[in-house]
Amino acid sequence: MPDAGKSRREFLKAAAVAGAAGLWVVLIPKPGAAQRVHVIEEAKAKGLPEWLNHYYVYVIDTAKCIGCGGCVRACERENKVPAGYHRTWVERYQVNDEGHVFVESPKGGMDGFPVHHEAPGKVTKGFFVPKMCNHCRNTPCTQVCPVHASYETPDGVVLVDKKVCIGCGYCVQACPYGSRYLDPRDHTADKCTWCYHRVTKGLLPACVTVCPTKTRVFGDMKDENSLAREIVETLRVTTLKPELNTEPFCFYLGLDRAVR
Amino acid sequence: MTYSEFSFPNDLFIFWSLMIVTYPYLSGMVLGAFSVPALHVVFNRTELRPVSRFSLLICYSFLLCLTLPLLNHLGHPERSFNIAIIPNFRSAIGGFGVFYGTFFITLTLIIWFTWRGEIIAHWRISSGLRRKIWRALALGMDDDSPEALAVDRRVVRILMMVGIPTVAVLSGYVGFLFGSLKSNPWWSTPLMPFVFLFSGLMSGLALVLLLYLWLGWKGWLDRSYECLRSLSAYLWWATLLYVIAESVELLYFYYESSDAWFVISTLLFTKLLTSFFLLQVGVGLGVGFVTLTFMFALKIGETTFARLAAVASAFILFEVWMMRWNIVIGGQLFSKSYVGFRGYFPHWLDREGILAALFFTLLPLLVFYLFTRILNIKTAPAAEN
Repeated sequence: MPDAGKSRREFLKAAAVAGAAGLWVVLIPKPGAAQRVHVIEEAKAKGLPEWLNHYYVYVIDTAKCIGCGGCVRACERENKVPAGYHRTWVERYQVNDEGHVFVESPKGGMDGFPVHHEAPGKVTKGFFVPKMCNHCRNTPCTQVCPVHASYETPDGVVLVDKKVCIGCGYCVQACPYGSRYLDPRDHTADKCTWCYHRVTKGLLPACVTVCPTKTRVFGDMKDENSLAREIVETLRVTTLKPELNTEPFCFYLGLDRAVR
Repeated sequence: MTYSEFSFPNDLFIFWSLMIVTYPYLSGMVLGAFSVPALHVVFNRTELRPVSRFSLLICYSFLLCLTLPLLNHLGHPERSFNIAIIPNFRSAIGGFGVFYGTFFITLTLIIWFTWRGEIIAHWRISSGLRRKIWRALALGMDDDSPEALAVDRRVVRILMMVGIPTVAVLSGYVGFLFGSLKSNPWWSTPLMPFVFLFSGLMSGLALVLLLYLWLGWKGWLDRSYECLRSLSAYLWWATLLYVIAESVELLYFYYESSDAWFVISTLLFTKLLTSFFLLQVGVGLGVGFVTLTFMFALKIGETTFARLAAVASAFILFEVWMMRWNIVIGGQLFSKSYVGFRGYFPHWLDREGILAALFFTLLPLLVFYLFTRILNIKTAPAAEN
């Protein structure tokens, strides 16, 4: 006979104790997203105005862009963007008389654009379109992030917590605008932050600061004197891929139907 | 409007490579292999008795290895437990811990209750360290009276009933993971979970069939023509359901002819021409499904039936792998601009390369082999019916 056999009841008792211990391990306070949510709630309770009394917005007037690439260079310098990737970029569109569209963005438009064009036929219109993360309100990237590493701040910016990100790449797949990438240096998701480290100190994003034609306008929907707010409220603005219902908070003026 | 080819500047690389092809392949195996003992125990398909226990262990082996390709893919595998600790339940991946955990516990219990009587028997006859191991496996309980074993069988049946929807969710939700991404027209379809479910059934059944033929030939399992015929019939039905789901999906894309069809048709007729039409549909599905159909349509002997079943299973296994490739890789061969395309061929020695994929695909079979050294996989006792 086996030595010291236990009854089924004793076994169930042991299993119950083990189960309770397991549950305790799962339920103890965890760092990361849960803690962050706690901090936000605490901040709300204390009423920190500088953080919560903003709702940032970005407007791009495509008719003004000259494709100089200064914004792309400024972004790369400010945010130390990994080589080959772009937090912001500029696309050049050329449409010919047969309705054929030729698009290019060499090195994200960082060095400007070549004078010659490769569009076949007679080009009837051409324009530049700066792009970046659209900081959507109904954002697919934060929805799919399995660990809350991608999140929306109370002042309307979509950020990545690089200490929590597991580098699964799901957000990269979910972003319809190609704004995200996996940073090859730290293997986490990366994207435009609207220079959150600057704007929370009252500065403008680097790309806005250097734009010579004021194509890029950054503002605050909670500031009555904000030009960006005035544009959004009074002019006919649109967004990229509106059919996807991501509710971008990056608005465009003069967006052509050819824009992807 | 027509476009010259253009990709967004960040759309340079394939972020989900062979590991993400391997993961749904393994999860499909889990579903398909589990369907066999479920049919036997819950739905009383007694002809499947020779493969019931053996399929359970195949299922468990694949389940144990299921997370490995995912871990190998993650940029930070050391943070993988964040999915279980701080899950975002709005995310399709966020539910992984719950689905995997539930099925893992269910299947572990099923296996333990199924083999408990034999584990106690081993405990009784062994000595030394082996005795201690068997005792630990039996959790120190030695009650193997007929009444206790009858209770075990009832518990297994109940657990199987819990396991069926759980494994369907675990496997089908992989399809949801892709199908729910509105950013990607090739993935974004509500039919995707069904395509994954049916193809998962196909691959698991085909693997069970192929291994059954091989192990039966080696004398490890009892050979039964009825069992073979039944498995083949289920494989035929699963394949038919898959063909319907996949065809309807493509038909919808074509008939709606929306913006999505431009990129999908270009993808299918250029980048995926060989891998989809030739390898997946022509070779894998064509040969596999036609062979299966002939096996039932024609009057053939038992030996020929077994040989054709082996051929059909091998081609079906190939078909499902190609399907995973065409979905996962195919969906990343175009830019989010929908007018730019890129190529991809995996390297052999990369972290997520061909050798790594082969290793993670074959590892469950090694685990299964180790299980067979410990647990009896031969025909379940008639009482288990």
